[in-house]
Amino acid sequence: MSWARAVVRATCPESAGAVRLVLEVDGWSGHVAGQHVDLRLTAEDGYTAWRSYSIASAPQQPLVSLVVQGVDGGEVSPYLISDVQEGDVLELRGPIGGHFVWRAALGGPVQLIAGGSGVVPFLSMLEHHRLAGSDAEVRLLYALRNPQDVLGTGVLGQVGPRVQVTYAYSRSAPPGWQGPTGRLDAGVLAEHVCGPAAAPQTFVCGPTGFVEAVAGALVQLGHVPTSIKTERYGDAA
Amino acid sequence: MTSIDTPDRRLDGNALAGPLLELFTIDLSAAMATCVHCDGTAPLGEQQLYADAPALVLRCRDCTGVLLRYSADSHSTGIATVRADLSGLRLLVAHVPAAGASR
Amino acid sequence: MSTTTRGFSGRRRQRTDGRLPPGQYDVGDAFPVLSAGPTPRVDLGTWDLTVQGQVDHVARWTWEDFTALPHEDITVDLHCVTAWSKFDTRWRGVSLDTLLEGISPGGSFVSAFCDGGYTTNLPLADLTGGRAWAVDGYGGAPLEPVHGGPVRLLVPHLYLWKSAKWLRGIAVTEHDEPGFWERFGYHGYGDPWREQRYAGG
Repeated sequence: MSWARAVVRATCPESAGAVRLVLEVDGWSGHVAGQHVDLRLTAEDGYTAWRSYSIASAPQQPLVSLVVQGVDGGEVSPYLISDVQEGDVLELRGPIGGHFVWRAALGGPVQLIAGGSGVVPFLSMLEHHRLAGSDAEVRLLYALRNPQDVLGTGVLGQVGPRVQVTYAYSRSAPPGWQGPTGRLDAGVLAEHVCGPAAAPQTFVCGPTGFVEAVAGALVQLGHVPTSIKTERYGDAA
Repeated sequence: MTSIDTPDRRLDGNALAGPLLELFTIDLSAAMATCVHCDGTAPLGEQQLYADAPALVLRCRDCTGVLLRYSADSHSTGIATVRADLSGLRLLVAHVPAAGASR
Repeated sequence: MSTTTRGFSGRRRQRTDGRLPPGQYDVGDAFPVLSAGPTPRVDLGTWDLTVQGQVDHVARWTWEDFTALPHEDITVDLHCVTAWSKFDTRWRGVSLDTLLEGISPGGSFVSAFCDGGYTTNLPLADLTGGRAWAVDGYGGAPLEPVHGGPVRLLVPHLYLWKSAKWLRGIAVTEHDEPGFWERFGYHGYGDPWREQRYAGG
């Protein structure tokens, strides 16, 4: 598969440290919620750098949205966050991934567990769920450091009655917060995710340490390892 | 910054699927990969990828043995050199549209 | 050909004092962690370092023995084959001249071997003459596991993949036996000043 031209149609803040890039991709054939793309940047002297980004938009939407979280000392994310303008042309390869995906036809129940910017592929799944009018039961447990780090407030604010979103704050919670705080250990998971008896399809996405700790705890709680799909985000920038 | 307490920078094999498209015509993330060292089998996308080395190194999630090494270096001529060491894969099973089949 | 991205230059920095080998850039204060596998958990109680292979006798040091060997401070530049270079890095360790003293080698090559299964090959001569160390300190502190601790090889005149992390020993070999990256097509010797990244060019 070769690199396609992707024209930036919009760039807007998604949180204090993240932007949403809306792209029009030449020859885009559509995607499945959960898939990612590779973006490539090329300097004047021919130097190239590429990174993988999950797709945040739903397959039903005509343009492809990515959410880029800033990383300290990064090479690619600072450029995408601060320098990219509407009308710029990037190069994109994808969609990629046939494993960490969900279609409405697969039904539920579905348990999504996100750490930080690991929520991005789930934004695509939830938007797909809404636009498809799916009646699958979906739960999202979204772990983040601080309330202001939340991504996807638009999508998360208009989920249907079959979708339940739970936030867990590891550093600071909003005033009066009654929900989970701290790390997602077995206790928090037992209380806030679909139990193994419901045989959910479980998706876990986030930094490597987060994903491995959560997946390990889920297996401890009796979830079948093959029912858990994981996607580890690096911290490469 | 990585410190002693953070785990290794392991990614999922999923992140290898894009680069492999330089060599293969299909997305291999859902293909079942069997390890030559321990016979462990899992989707390629669920194996463990070390992406910070001189080349991409995919390791078996069961025994951490090397399944595959892959690199692509672009040259100013517009040609890229792709290197692939597949010696750690005993078997790769992918489901693809059969040639000439009607859907 | 790839399309140039408006305004993108990357974070590569150059230097003009002649210390940057061809095709490299200055990474500045960062110290990228490159790993091709999991960071081994090492038990210093059972850890040892050996010189073995084609030698008249095997030399072995426990952790206690190793830390008692004469150490020296080393300040060197590092050049990674992935194109970054890092300048004036400060290490502390034992010269390979000390470890190889009194060994009668039956070959002129070595294979450095490591926890985790990594290997790399070098000419024995490149480990002598004050050009190579087994280091257990970096920047005034014990060497962190992510950078190869407890002990890594340091051969700064060659690309950094030759400076094997998590070193457990040196095997003297009769022939040059390609290691982990060399079997993948990387250069057998790896001189950054001659840009020997890949075998055969």
